[in-house]
Formats: sequence, structure tokens, C-alpha cells
Amino acid sequence: MIRVVLPAHLRTLTRVNGEVELEVAGQVTQRSVLDALEARYPVLRGTIRGHDGGPRRAFVRFFACEQDLSHERPDAPLPEAVATGAEPYLIVGAMAGG
Amino acid sequence: MSGVRVLVGTRKGAFVLNSDGKRERWDVSGPHFAGWEIYHVKGSPADPDRLFASQSNGWFGQLIQRSDDGGKTWEPVGNKFSYDGEPGTHQWYDGTPHPWEFARVWHLEPALDDPDTVYAGVEDAGLFRSADGGQSWQELPGLRGHDSGPSWQPGAGGMCLHTIILDPSAPGRMFAAISAAGAFRSDDAGQTWRPVNRGLHSEGIPDEDAEVGHCVHRIAMHPARPAVLYMQKHWDVMRSDDSGESWHEVSGNLPTDFGFPIDVHAHEPDTVYVVPITSDSLHYPPEGKLRVYRSRTGGDDWEALGTGLPQEHCYVNVLRDAMAVDSLDACGVYFGTTGGQVYASADAGDSWAPIVRDLPAVLSVEVQTLP
Repeated sequence: MIRVVLPAHLRTLTRVNGEVELEVAGQVTQRSVLDALEARYPVLRGTIRGHDGGPRRAFVRFFACEQDLSHERPDAPLPEAVATGAEPYLIVGAMAGG
Repeated sequence: MSGVRVLVGTRKGAFVLNSDGKRERWDVSGPHFAGWEIYHVKGSPADPDRLFASQSNGWFGQLIQRSDDGGKTWEPVGNKFSYDGEPGTHQWYDGTPHPWEFARVWHLEPALDDPDTVYAGVEDAGLFRSADGGQSWQELPGLRGHDSGPSWQPGAGGMCLHTIILDPSAPGRMFAAISAAGAFRSDDAGQTWRPVNRGLHSEGIPDEDAEVGHCVHRIAMHPARPAVLYMQKHWDVMRSDDSGESWHEVSGNLPTDFGFPIDVHAHEPDTVYVVPITSDSLHYPPEGKLRVYRSRTGGDDWEALGTGLPQEHCYVNVLRDAMAVDSLDACGVYFGTTGGQVYASADAGDSWAPIVRDLPAVLSVEVQTLP
């Protein structure tokens, strides 16, 4: 079970309170987690990354285990702690503005 | 009893303002989609309870929301806007080729006779159509694919397709306007387009009478006399009497002919409203006095309407999609400001009162007249 934390605007959009819990078949990567997330909540398509699995939107960041994974390959395995559900995968609206 | 519903898009959400036909007391609901930019909200003429809203922000991109109950509840519909084929390039601010990139939906125009059909004008300038209530969108590529497309350049606000007008008298005839490419007309339901900018004269572009390149801010049509179009250009208020084939200036005695919105009285095709703004570098009303100007002669002769509007220390702007009229008798006129006020006149502009004063900056105002 994978735990995903959405930013506030996307929690509103999905009408989710708290974390999202996902089952991900096969290797746990950013791509497989986002695929599962978008399958559960189709409204998120295009809001985190491009449609059809396109690149991450510029002002969205992916964090886990106190690391910034935003620039990692989408198919790189996520940390074991994320794959086991010990740590959440954080989708973050980047700090932008002044 | 008849009533009106005012649909307001702001920098931080949408608001729905309802009143009865007297237009004295208002019920305000919102913010809907709090924290998101709502560039436009508009209802279907074929089903007034069906509304479409353009919701976007810089982090999470574009969404389209649809309501089937007059704005009480909303559901997101399709948000995939893919340009047809290889998008190609237009000119960037520095004159270099720049790939066409979707940024946001500026304007939603529901079809006149089908609640499931709606058009979307987007940045970078393109025209999309949905025939399934907004679930899926297909580009009408004939506009962006016009021979002049690679030469289009963005205005300061981005290269947006901000105006879509459907001609009720001629099925298939529609108009679109783009900053800063100009006005275009299709006579075949959007399949092919041609520029309709003859008579426009724009300082600040290399060829002041060019076929394209004009910064058209807004076009308005009265449905009972659709061959007549009114235009607020970057500078100049213009009029066409031949469906855009040619334009002539009707700025007349306006204190300044710079501005953004323009609209037509619901029952008087010769009564036109504009909001003069000081200049292209001073986006606020002249002398700090907020005044709508009305012409009852189809242009040239204008009168200032300031009763009830702030007449000192007012430095707001009124954006291009932020004025609308109702079709009650007397005609109601509405506009929103970048200071968050929405003003209403229930007497065709003679006097004004704020419906709300402290919304986020208003991006758009539409009005529905309800039975």
C-alpha cells in the first residue's frame, strides 16, 4: 500500500481528506504511483504532469523521505519506505511567488 | 418573476450573484473553486442551468467545470486541449519563432442551440470545440493554421483568443479575436477563417494597416443586427457595418479611446457601452473617475455615466470580458473591476450601485436573464 499526500488544491479537486492510499502492481516508481493515482482520480489528469503520462508540470514537486525526487527518472524505483507505506509520497505545489 | 444571474470569474474563484427582476437585492454565492483563477464562466443559451467555467492556476494547469443546476453544484469535465497535428510556431515577443503552447482557456462560448456544444478560446491562440458537454475537446485548426499564423505575436497579456461570437442569423458564421493578431471570421462553422481587419489602424506595429497584427481587445454584436460589430481595440473604438469586411472609427468624443470591454444594449442595437482607460501604460480611468461611456448613436457621440460610481481616487481597470448586459426592461448593465467591485445598473447605465465591493480582481462578468 502506497501513501500519497496531495497538495490542498488537488485534495479539494478530488474531495479527499488526508492521505490517498493506493495499491500499485509491480515495481513502485513515480510513474506507476501517478498512473494509479490518476486511474483512481481521473480529474487529476493534466494537473500533476502532462496528459497521458507527460512530463511533470513545472511548479509541481515530488518529495519522499526528505528527498526531492522531482528530477529523478519517472521509472526509477521509489525508496523502500515509500513502497512499503512507511513513508508517504508527497506531491507538492512548489513555492513560487514572492 | 424574472430574475438575473451574474456569473463572475475572479483571480481567486468564481461567484454567482442572483437577484429578482428588480435587481436591488442580491444573493452572493462563492467562492467556487476557491484559490483558482477563473477566467470565464458562461451559461448555455439553450439551457440556462448549464454553465461552463474555466478554472486554472500556475501550479496545476487547466480544468473545465460544468454545472447543470445553475451553479449550485459543479463537476469537472475534460481538460485536455491538444493542438491539432504538429503545432508549429508563432512569433515570440522578441520576434523569434516560438512553439505553440497551451496555457489556459480565456473564454468559453456555449452554442446558441445545443447545450452540449461549447467553444473555447485559448492561449496560445487557438479555438477548440466540444460537442459532448465539455468532456472532450477538438481544435478547429483552420484558424491557427491560417497562413498568417506563424507571424502572430502575443500581446502583453499573452497570445490569447479572447472573443468568440456566434452569428444567430447565419448558421456557420462566427467571429474570433486574438491579441495581438486581430479579428477573424469563419463562414463555415470554424473550418476556414480569414482576417477581417480592414480599416484598423494601429500605431506600434510596423505596417499600421496590416492584415493581421492588431491588438483587438473585444468585439460585440447585437443579435438583432448581426452585421454590425463594435470593437474596442488597444486604442480606438471601431465599428463595422458589413460583418467585419471593413471598419471605421467611432471613438468620437471619448476622453480616451483606450480600453478593454465593449457591449451593446439588449434592446437598442445603437446603444453601446465602453469604459475608457487612460492609456496603454496607465491602466486606470482618466482623472481617477470611474465612468462608463454610452453612445445611443452607434458610436461617435458618447456620454459619461458616473452616477453611483467612484468619482475620485479610483484606479481600477475593467478587463475585456468583464462587462455584460441582461435583457430585462430596462436593460441592466454590469461590470467588474480589478479592485473586486461588481457594479450593476438597472436603468441602462443611468445610475450604478455595487453588488459586491471586495471580491478578488474580477476577470469576467456574464449575465443570464432567467424566466
